[in-house]
Amino acid sequence: MKNLLRYLSDYKKECIIAPLFKMLEAILELAVPLVIAQMIDKGIKDGDTDSIIIRFVMLIILAATGLGVSCIAQYYAAKAATGFARGLRHDLFEHILAFDYSTIDNVGTSTMITRMTSDVNILQNGVNMFLRLFLRSPFIVTGAMIMAFTIDVRSALIFVLVIASLAVTVSVIMKINIPLLGAAQRKLDDVLCLVRENLSGARVVRAFSLEDSQIRDFDDTNADLTDIMLRSGRISGLMNPLTYVIVNLAVVLLIFTDRIQVNEGILTTGQVVALYNYMSQILLELVKFANLIVIMNRALASADRINDIFAIPCDTRSFADTGIADTDSEPVVEFRNVSLRYHEDADDAVSDISFKIHKGETFGIIGGTGAGKTTIANLIPAFYTATGGKVLVCGRDVNETDPAALRRFAGTVMQKSVLFEGTIRDNLKFGNTNATDDDLETAARWAVCDDFIAERGGLDGRVEAGGRNYSGGQKQRLSIARTLAASPRLLILDDASSALDYMTDRKLRSNIAQLPFKPTVIIIAQRTVSVMDCDNILVLDDGAMVGLGTHEELLESCPVYREIYDSQFGEQEGA
Amino acid sequence: MAMDMSGFVPKGNLNSDDEALALRGRRGTVRRVLSHLEKYRGRIVLTLMLAAVSVIFTLLVPVRVGNAIDNLTKDAGKVMYNLALTAVFAAIVGISQYVMNVINNTITYNTVRDVRNEAVRKIEHLPLAVIDSSSQGDTVSRIVSDADQFAEGLLLGFTQAFTGILTIILTIIFMFSMNAVISLVVILVTPLSIFIARFISDRTYTMFRKQSIERGEQTALIDEMIGNEKTVKAFSREAEALERFDEINERLSDSSLRAIFFSSLTNPSTRFVNALCYALVALCGAYFCVAGSPWGIAPMTVGTLTVFLSYANQYTRPFNEILSVISELQNALACAARVFEVIDQISEPDDAGMEELKECKGVVDICGADFSYSQERELIRDLNLHVESGQTVAIVGPTGAGKTTIINLLMRFYDVDSGSINVDGTDIRSYTRRSLRSSYGMVLQDTWLKRGTIMENLRMARPGATDEEVIAAAVSTHAHGFIRRLEKGYDTYIEEDGGSLSAGQKQLLCITRVMLNLPPMLILDEATSSIDTRTEMQIQSAFAMMMKGRTSFIVAHRLQTVRNADIILVMKDGRIIESGDHNSLMAQDGFYRKLYISGGG
Repeated sequence: MKNLLRYLSDYKKECIIAPLFKMLEAILELAVPLVIAQMIDKGIKDGDTDSIIIRFVMLIILAATGLGVSCIAQYYAAKAATGFARGLRHDLFEHILAFDYSTIDNVGTSTMITRMTSDVNILQNGVNMFLRLFLRSPFIVTGAMIMAFTIDVRSALIFVLVIASLAVTVSVIMKINIPLLGAAQRKLDDVLCLVRENLSGARVVRAFSLEDSQIRDFDDTNADLTDIMLRSGRISGLMNPLTYVIVNLAVVLLIFTDRIQVNEGILTTGQVVALYNYMSQILLELVKFANLIVIMNRALASADRINDIFAIPCDTRSFADTGIADTDSEPVVEFRNVSLRYHEDADDAVSDISFKIHKGETFGIIGGTGAGKTTIANLIPAFYTATGGKVLVCGRDVNETDPAALRRFAGTVMQKSVLFEGTIRDNLKFGNTNATDDDLETAARWAVCDDFIAERGGLDGRVEAGGRNYSGGQKQRLSIARTLAASPRLLILDDASSALDYMTDRKLRSNIAQLPFKPTVIIIAQRTVSVMDCDNILVLDDGAMVGLGTHEELLESCPVYREIYDSQFGEQEGA
Repeated sequence: MAMDMSGFVPKGNLNSDDEALALRGRRGTVRRVLSHLEKYRGRIVLTLMLAAVSVIFTLLVPVRVGNAIDNLTKDAGKVMYNLALTAVFAAIVGISQYVMNVINNTITYNTVRDVRNEAVRKIEHLPLAVIDSSSQGDTVSRIVSDADQFAEGLLLGFTQAFTGILTIILTIIFMFSMNAVISLVVILVTPLSIFIARFISDRTYTMFRKQSIERGEQTALIDEMIGNEKTVKAFSREAEALERFDEINERLSDSSLRAIFFSSLTNPSTRFVNALCYALVALCGAYFCVAGSPWGIAPMTVGTLTVFLSYANQYTRPFNEILSVISELQNALACAARVFEVIDQISEPDDAGMEELKECKGVVDICGADFSYSQERELIRDLNLHVESGQTVAIVGPTGAGKTTIINLLMRFYDVDSGSINVDGTDIRSYTRRSLRSSYGMVLQDTWLKRGTIMENLRMARPGATDEEVIAAAVSTHAHGFIRRLEKGYDTYIEEDGGSLSAGQKQLLCITRVMLNLPPMLILDEATSSIDTRTEMQIQSAFAMMMKGRTSFIVAHRLQTVRNADIILVMKDGRIIESGDHNSLMAQDGFYRKLYISGGG
């Protein structure tokens, strides 16, 4: 929580005024029992009607001022709380956007979403209530105690006792409850995840007749959640009844001890009534305070969850965006003994890779599932940082180059095509916001998607969230068009045509070979036919480099390449 | 899941919250909610009784204290007696409140659990058409957050309203029994607080709505941008994403400020009315103490005045509570309507008592089948096919041709509009869905893995399989190699949607999963699209073993993998345009030959 308080630093004024005015309101409220005591001891005892009316007017004035002061306080508290939430949400979102790829791999999307939405809302509410009550409630409580001291020291000692035992009660309840609330929120994440899984996996679940076991899993997790909630409820449900009993027992004790003093003439009846009223005020305030404690408990649990996100390191390096230019003299991409492991305990995904790609070349990468093809593609735009060796683009170490400049230079079409809600135009402009409609249409033609774009009413065609109104092949072509629209100097196609049928794929390949802006191209493929025309082909096997050369050279010298080739062409030649 | 839905615009069949509530009608929703609470009837009665006990004794406590104060200078015995009663009453209030809290929690959380369980059971039996066409995020939020709000709001709202009304009635009775004039003053002034609170809540309602709409807008943006963060980063769109986020964030922050501020005026305003009432009670009470009570009403003492003052304090609170409860109840009802809409969707028709497909031979006939996802776009027309037991059928053709749709029909994820599909000579609609589906082993292009360890995912196909059997299956599909290299081997925990596994690795896992439990028929929909051809070659023997003696349907782009099929169906625009085996199709010199040659295959 402590480090989240920085989001209040712009609202210092609000953070001072809100509680201060709430305190002012409390002072006004504390004056009320005194006025009533005077009403009883002066007005009623002496039968002085004028004095009663004066006290009445005083009560009204106190109430009206209280109203004004309190409204001001509420405004500033709301302002600080919403400002706090705004700043926090902004930084959280920015922080998450700065995660590197390996972090994204390890953090679940659903938990990010609940933390950015529901946890921040809980915190906003916490801050709001805290500003309103953190001074007011303790102030009323201690104020009532001080007032009690001014009336009678012996009675006031009972107040001290009450307040101490209430403090103990509240803190014990809090201490037990906070971990439970954290556990509940984590279980809720699990429940959410299971619901999502059951929707996205509906086909598989039914194909394996897993309905019953899925229901069982869900029931178990759901029952665990209910269990935690009930346990937490049993603890926090003690708060109000306990405070009520403690305060009323204190009232009993108060009147019991005061009885003698009244008889001895040390205390007046009016003063006893005032003491009783102060005790009642403590009770009323404590009901609110108990609520605040529950809210703060939840807020602290949420603050922890948010801090967990902030604690995940993100890429904060920044370099001057100087732009990258490819020249004939320097290789566009150079790998020097590069290796990468995704996880400390895992084996290297690729190891000791070295090659150079020169300007204007077409470079193929081929190899088996898990051989490390995509890893290589991901290292060039520095999506991941090499754990060994160096990756250079146009002679510059990619880890010391501005990522935006690097990613503008190297456009990647990823294996999994992702589209965003909006129009086709919005999606195609993703990589190049300055592109004109003409540019976009040209790119669409290169990516062989002009036909179905026309069917959808041109560039204004709707794209639903996740592109779910397009087929796999259509999505793939749109994401190729999106990258082409940015005319990158280096084009990386990571198995970008796996969902396309052969004819479309062939057309696409020939279009890419003839791109007018003549980029250097890296093609990652499963099929030798996709890479056989490349100037150079890198062959990977289990993360190791087992061949580098032209198609003909590799057929001669590289058994793995030969095997891949045979698996696609061999039989036919034999037939 | 992989679906050919080109041209098929999903028409979400869940309504917005207002529509949901309007559709069912408030009364219908209330009835529905009550039926859910039915089984807790005993506890509800108990909690109401405890609420009544707690209210009565809460009101009696000040009376005893007032009595004690009046007797301070007079009768020590009475003071002690009253104090003892005060302590006992307070204890009764404390205990009944606590028990009430525990019971309420039990009812609330159990109801949430029941509703969620029911919703998930419903999901398992919804027609795929419904799942495919509704927004996943929306359904999730209905089941997770709406269920919560509905139960909490409803039950707490209900008990609070009950306690509130009871407190008001009892306070009025108690007050009148002491002093009618002052009671009238209290009764006349307090409704003012209702008007004020009403005035404020009417105005804040629209502000809260605006806030929740903007909140929804922001959540959608977060969902999209964080869910697809890799793409956002690849295009260096972080700044733009943040800019869009900030724009909504600004608006949300503004509307939140308004909503919170205006709604937080309720308390000070009602407190002001309360203070007015308090002052008036003090004035009248003091006056009567001095001047004597009019019209023969019981004389006013300092003790009675104290009781009145404490009632005046307590009396306005239930009014405020009832008011806040009204808006809470409305919100809870809207949430309830949203959850129940999920639960009340029409399931796949019950097929209990239908024939079980047992010892399936795998003879499949498609007779004159027509099918379309939406009425505007006809997809499959008059499809006919006869497959002998053990034959391999390959379905090829361009994207959007309807290949995956055939799979959907075979598995009865969707039913044909007309015509029929028969297995072993009987219409598949007369078998139970479960027995039909478990007669197929299925691997889809879009891999689905659940959160859990690799072992748990593989065992999904056959829960009883031993570790050795699972490992043997993984060895045969060549998945063993990469699994072993993972951090914790078979015990590696994978996050939602497969986490950092590559697409090919996920497919290998799905193939292994089917390997563990081989039914008489197979469906392989682009099962190896992300696996390289060399690994594919290596697992050919596994596939051969899988397909031996089993009727198999294979959808593939790589024509190489389908050349050995007994029947190759070439589909285009929902129709079979060519069929036959590889050699006869090549001889035909038609679409297949063109496809085959262009593939270099």
